[in-house]
Amino acid sequence: MNPYYYDLHTHSALSPCGDNMMTPNNLAGMAALAGIQVLALTDHNTCKNCPAFFAACKRYGLVPVPGMELTTAEEIHVVCLFPTLEAALDFDRAVEARRMKIENNEKIFGEQLILDEEDNEIGRDPWFLPAATDIPLEEAPKLVGHYGGICYPAHIDRPSGGVIEILGGFPPDVPFTAYELHDMDRRREYEERFPILKTLNCVSSSDAHNLEQIRDAAHTVMLDDEPYSSAMLRISLLKTLGRKKS
Amino acid sequence: MIGGIMTVTELLDKLPLRALCLPDPDRDVTGGYTGDLLSWVMGSAQPGQAWVTIMSNVNVVAVATLCDVSCVILAQGVTLEPEVLKTAESKLVNVLTSPLPAFELCLTVGELIR
Repeated sequence: MNPYYYDLHTHSALSPCGDNMMTPNNLAGMAALAGIQVLALTDHNTCKNCPAFFAACKRYGLVPVPGMELTTAEEIHVVCLFPTLEAALDFDRAVEARRMKIENNEKIFGEQLILDEEDNEIGRDPWFLPAATDIPLEEAPKLVGHYGGICYPAHIDRPSGGVIEILGGFPPDVPFTAYELHDMDRRREYEERFPILKTLNCVSSSDAHNLEQIRDAAHTVMLDDEPYSSAMLRISLLKTLGRKKS
Repeated sequence: MIGGIMTVTELLDKLPLRALCLPDPDRDVTGGYTGDLLSWVMGSAQPGQAWVTIMSNVNVVAVATLCDVSCVILAQGVTLEPEVLKTAESKLVNVLTSPLPAFELCLTVGELIR
């Protein structure tokens, strides 16, 4: 077991709110400079930049984790992480059929660029990606689990898309094993307000939408890394976050 | 009085509303829509409508701009952060607030513009 610096919540230029400079190579390069070792790409309701992201992470020596920031039917944001690129792309297809189709207005929300390994544009998603899906929050862990992944509520300390702002509390009956805080300093405060959180893994990631928001490495997760491979580390990460704290 | 199309300013005069920002006061209010899930509002609200909501995060302004509503009316005393209001001002989004709950608010606005 060794500690690994992680950032498990970032956006690429495919998210409309993601800066167009957030190409897979820029993102991986910047995260590497910041000292991150395990990096997830979690665009809104899509995994379509994950193939290029994998190639970019390889270039910069990072362990890539394919992911998605899912918008539930209640407009709660949930970070989903997968063991393999293939699993993430299968999940992407499942979610695509369940997204609310609202045309993206690029002038207001920004462009949604699908990029290749060399950061070239190979397509655009025409529908506004962060719109709600018809997937209820309580269905998310099971659905993500079906693809071998894990999921947990994103930035519960934020008003926009945070589960506590929307539901008024942390749902006790949904089998989450982790939660994300934007600001790790607020952990004690949240644990006191919602004691259930004491039993869950607490993750704090950057939610970077532009290069400046990529944080210097600060938080680690202990991972079983023998025999070492990036596939093994991903599985170890999902195992660790996928079970409650003992 | 029998109502009809009226401007945002006229609405302000006649109802228990307070303007949080009013960059486009003469905009006609042609109808209304109420909802708090932004995705639904994006798919349904029409240009010129007054949008009644309790949502207060920064995305409210983007959705109001996209749908080109005549004003956002925040129910039950909800307000927006000064930063968000600044954005609303620059995007020409009228933002009003009222102590009334959304249902009563819709009823009174509806009576006026019917």
